Amino acid sequence: MTDTIETPTAAPKSRFAKFWDSDFAWSFRHSPVAIIASLVVIVLALAAIFAPLIAPYNPFDPATLNLMNGFTPPRTPNAFTQETFLMGTDDQGRDVFSTILYGMRISLFVGVSAVLLAMIIGVILGLMAAYFGGWTETIIMRIADVQLTFPAILVAMLIFGIAKGVTPPEYRNEMAIYVLIIAIALSDWVQFARVVRGAALVEKNKEYVQAARLIGRGSIPIMFRHILPNVLSPVLVIATISLALAIIAEATLSFLGVGAPPTQPSLGTLIRIGQGFLFSGEWWILFFPACTLLALALSVNLLGDWLRDALNPKLR
Amino acid sequence: MSLLTINDLTVEFPTRRQLFTAVDHVDLSVEPGEIHGLVGESGAGKSTIGAAIMGLLDRPGRIASGTIKLSGEQISGLDAEAMRGLRGKKISMIFQDPLTSLNPLFTVREQLVETIQAHLGGSDAEANKRARDLIDRVGIPDPDTRLDQYPHQFSGGMRQRVVIALALCTEPDVIIADEPTTALDVSVQAQILDLIKELATERQVGVILITHDMGVIADTTDKVTVMYAGKVVETGPTSQVMGRPSHEYTKSLIAAVPRPTLKLHRFPQISYGGRETRFAIEDMARHWPKVDNDTSKPVFEIRDLTKKFLQRKGLLPWDRTYFTAVDQVSFDIRAGEVFGVVGESGSGKSTVARMIAGLYPVDGGTITFEGQVVSDLKNRAALDAYRKNIQMIFQDPYSSLNPRMRVDDIVAEPIRHHRLMDGADIKRRVDELLDQVGLGHEAGLKYPHEFSGGQRQRISIARALATQPRFLICDEPTSALDVSIQAQILNILKDLQEHLGLTLLFISHDLPVVRQMCDRVAVMKQGKVVELQETNSLFANPQTEYASELLRLMPRLDDLSTEGLSAEG
Repeated sequence: MTDTIETPTAAPKSRFAKFWDSDFAWSFRHSPVAIIASLVVIVLALAAIFAPLIAPYNPFDPATLNLMNGFTPPRTPNAFTQETFLMGTDDQGRDVFSTILYGMRISLFVGVSAVLLAMIIGVILGLMAAYFGGWTETIIMRIADVQLTFPAILVAMLIFGIAKGVTPPEYRNEMAIYVLIIAIALSDWVQFARVVRGAALVEKNKEYVQAARLIGRGSIPIMFRHILPNVLSPVLVIATISLALAIIAEATLSFLGVGAPPTQPSLGTLIRIGQGFLFSGEWWILFFPACTLLALALSVNLLGDWLRDALNPKLR
Repeated sequence: MSLLTINDLTVEFPTRRQLFTAVDHVDLSVEPGEIHGLVGESGAGKSTIGAAIMGLLDRPGRIASGTIKLSGEQISGLDAEAMRGLRGKKISMIFQDPLTSLNPLFTVREQLVETIQAHLGGSDAEANKRARDLIDRVGIPDPDTRLDQYPHQFSGGMRQRVVIALALCTEPDVIIADEPTTALDVSVQAQILDLIKELATERQVGVILITHDMGVIADTTDKVTVMYAGKVVETGPTSQVMGRPSHEYTKSLIAAVPRPTLKLHRFPQISYGGRETRFAIEDMARHWPKVDNDTSKPVFEIRDLTKKFLQRKGLLPWDRTYFTAVDQVSFDIRAGEVFGVVGESGSGKSTVARMIAGLYPVDGGTITFEGQVVSDLKNRAALDAYRKNIQMIFQDPYSSLNPRMRVDDIVAEPIRHHRLMDGADIKRRVDELLDQVGLGHEAGLKYPHEFSGGQRQRISIARALATQPRFLICDEPTSALDVSIQAQILNILKDLQEHLGLTLLFISHDLPVVRQMCDRVAVMKQGKVVELQETNSLFANPQTEYASELLRLMPRLDDLSTEGLSAEG
């Protein structure tokens, strides 16, 4: 009933002021969880992006490594070199703090790229399924169903295995990251396709789509210019939550040894290296990368949760 | 002592930006056996009163002041537990949509028996007997079979009868009916209203009937309260308020109601609360290409038009079953006229419109536009040329505009698609159109949600006129609008036909509106045209039984004041 009140026409506001005043921004300002989560995400993302400037050491430059520094506990001077490290060092004397910063770079890069790729595939296929219906829809959605019957990890490992077989050995390490991205994206597009199809089926029957068809607009402009903007909010929510899942999936694959190579360790690779030393007392090699992964995935997930609530008019 | 007394009731909705007073110091009383109408346009606060009585205000709404008393006992401000005892037992409610107010997973018997036992207790046998009596009483034939069916097996009208039975099963003192017939066809509406009237007298129940429809009010209620912006503007016996309204708002509301008996040249432009918006038809006519309407020739010749929808899918053709929505329909539309198609829901009238618009492929028959067969056009250029001349105004102003597109882009889309102009010319044309429909060109920078229903329908009209079409299809263009806004939009459509020489196809279920708008009318039933006549002779002298039945069920509006109305001619 409130929607029929005429709001007095105020002086034109700047774009930022308009955004700041919107219900969306208001909901953000009143959610401590969302504020903290986004702060954590921003800090971690900035730390990853500017890793070369922040990290005290370059863990991938063999010239700076000193094996004598191996297994130094956090904030304790090394017995031989008297150097101290914020989070200690691993077996090869690499600074754990620096490797986390560089590892997070890879984790975030893989996660974001995989989600973007999954989103593009899923949105396009979902829109096509909803708009064309019939055989197109049946084929796309059956492929999606088949995809869902395999565990995502299995799909990723399969793709990874095939890629490893067909690429020449000298490219394997460089290819590994991209194969990882494709593997995660291919196991993740289904939920985008399903959500987009569901939302687009509703939008497709609305009169504005008929109005566009009446004007004579073709399928592609109607799908992308009319329907797509109206189904984007659930896509945004899924993308955020998938980002957390993709980061974890990457970590899992790397932990299993089929992901990022030890020369370019991601958080998952670091955890795999670290777990070998957990029971011999060198806990920090595992503990700090694991905490970082937890903080990153949890914050992104909480942000996605908040986004879902904020974009859902029913819960307002 | 009155049955239900509302004293100085104020309901507020504190929102983020402002405190919205939905109901503002309202007094109201209902006697046993009386039907009290609450009438007003959307946003007037009439449904909020119903919700406040039931203790079902949506959050964050609250009763800020005043009292609600039932048989002398105060019921406002009771706690949730006490309210639950009252709700359903002493006060029942009938909602607009009978489909969503019944649980689809339970049979009618289960729902009735559960409600009876929850409130009255008693054995299964007693409850079952009571359920059967009620179903019989509300006029559902064959109660023993029907009781064990599920809600989806009932038609809309029968379902609403079940809802009424459900509302009656605990012998309530008060029933609140919130738009009980808005979702139903005219013929069913009349039966449901008669039933409510009978039951109110028979059981001495006080009924609050909330509606926006003046016809329903005039036909059904004993007393009426007219609301505007949360306030009561007028209250009294129905015949007095409808026949001799004293408040300006009531007068404007009554004047805007389309009459079945009197064809007006234009609806009177009585406005209340500064809502009038000018529609600059003269400006528009000056820039419009001159059309020479040769009234003797048909614009459209429609022959044996048929549309089948797939009812059951199947891999093999012989496994599929079809439902014939439009069955060999033929008619001509003459240049410059307003051709009406009326019918109840499911009669196929919208399907005909959509086939003419080219939105649905044709399954049989031909559509000929100015001598050219257009029903099987494949050639892109020819199709575009046809589409440029045909535009459509849709029913629901809330879904016919893309919510994520700016208004100027919406209006410019047809111009851009047909490459009628470029760059700065498009902007000038769009500004001009928005000015002419009375929104002002600054409206172009906003999004559709910033406008009211009537304003959105004006945006739709601007979009439809952007390509300067010759033919306009109006599919129930005002059925989602308030009556005063409806009058404005209908006036605009009349202007378009008269000054721009547009030919209109006007689809509606509302006979009084059709009477006001159309030159000739086709009556459709179950996919067929059963009668086609000049409007005046159809209303005076219907030839078929179905048409006369429809006319008979039309709300009588004879009691309504005719102040400010002038007949055509």
